[in-house]
Amino acid sequence: MREINTSQIKQAVSDLCQKSSYTLADGVMDLLRGALKNEESKTGKEIITQIIGNAEIAQKEKLPLCQDTGIAVVFIEIGQEAIIVGGEIKEAVNEGVSQGYKNLRKSVVLNPIDRINTKDNTPAIIHEEIVDGYNIKIGILPKGGGAENMSAIKMFLPTAKKEDLIKFIVETVVSNGAKACPPLILGIGIGGTFDYAAYLAKKALTRKIGAKNKDTVELEKEILSQVNKTGLGPMGLGGRVTALAVHIETHPCHITSLPVAINFECHAHRYQEIIL
Amino acid sequence: MKEISTPLDDKTIKSLKAGDQVLISGIVYVARDAAHQKGIPFDVKGQIIFYAGPTPGDPIGSIGPTTASRMDPFILPLLKKGLKATIGKGPRSEGVKKAHKKYKAVYFTATGGAAALLSKTVVRSEVIAYPELGAEAILKLEVVKFPAIVAYDSHGGDLFQKGRKKYSKLVTIRHSRGSGNPFNSLDAASSLPAGQAGAA
Ligand code: SF4
Repeated sequence: MREINTSQIKQAVSDLCQKSSYTLADGVMDLLRGALKNEESKTGKEIITQIIGNAEIAQKEKLPLCQDTGIAVVFIEIGQEAIIVGGEIKEAVNEGVSQGYKNLRKSVVLNPIDRINTKDNTPAIIHEEIVDGYNIKIGILPKGGGAENMSAIKMFLPTAKKEDLIKFIVETVVSNGAKACPPLILGIGIGGTFDYAAYLAKKALTRKIGAKNKDTVELEKEILSQVNKTGLGPMGLGGRVTALAVHIETHPCHITSLPVAINFECHAHRYQEIIL
Repeated sequence: MKEISTPLDDKTIKSLKAGDQVLISGIVYVARDAAHQKGIPFDVKGQIIFYAGPTPGDPIGSIGPTTASRMDPFILPLLKKGLKATIGKGPRSEGVKKAHKKYKAVYFTATGGAAALLSKTVVRSEVIAYPELGAEAILKLEVVKFPAIVAYDSHGGDLFQKGRKKYSKLVTIRHSRGSGNPFNSLDAASSLPAGQAGAA
């Protein structure tokens, strides 16, 4: 058993919100540098050059990478041997978000119909998972609206072929991708249930960008290559580099089901995590 | 890169072609969803509206373009009154594209997510209307060499379409039986559907 105080959780969340606002997630910069080499379009090259320059300024001056500092999507893995003391964990997370977003944009409304801004960017979207061990792992994925709103899910027939899934993904990129600030990162969830596929698609974005999942690496490669043939290019203005990476997570599912969810993420991919 | 300054005259507008990279200097107004809904209270003649919602800062925090198509329902009356350009990201509706030709105006895109870099071009910022809207208030900015790309020009040119056509290697994707999905060939020039929210 090990005690972890909610005040530690609050502080960690606050620090992660701050740091993620001006830091590209691990792996993105390398892919951007590669993209600059591969891009043939003059406009595309200029855009990627700006994106790289932006990341350097943001990091140096601790300025938000993007003005849309997002809604905070928080992943918490709680070791089953850890005891949380000092308060309620969700409250601590939201207090951390409120503190961490003080000088960032407040982009959350309390009620989706009335749309009154909560003015402190809370509440966060919180995914909790119980895992082995004594630790608590907290990951923060600030999610901008532009990319998030382009996401899609489809319930396929269980007899659908791999090609059908690829076609759905590529067509969705063609129709929606230009508004999601390409070059994109695609989080894809295959299997589970309607809700779980969407969760997997988001979770896929927390993997180190460009790192391979050995079960899905071939499919990821194939989709990436198809997506980069669409010609959409940086900011949708034409070019070779439409996506930097495709990350897939899969899960067992019902014999009649084959859900496929695509969570769009932009090049301004921000994700930071810490283990307490 | 072409350097242009505001207010924009007809000669400048005419000279701009889809695909041109420009550096904008002068006054640029910032307005987005809520401000458009309330009404644009300044004289738009010859002006540029930048669709954006910055983070807090002095003179401004990070600032970059938001999805322009969300402002499509509001742009026609403004173009009629002489608005000459907007800055945003992403493609807009066919109707709005055509209106740029009719009213001799230009739609620029700036790099979404390059908001720290773009903020360096802002030398002055002032809230001129709707301060209660916070990040959605109307701002008057003075910018120096703000980098933008002509997406729609005043002659009907469209860089989204032109660019994609040039670089698309995709003709069709093979379809397998049993999926229940109707086969559609994925044409390189297929149009972009409207109705998506977009944001920033
Ligand atoms: S899609 Fe990403 S880069 Fe583009 S405006 Fe939104 S958060 Fe910023």
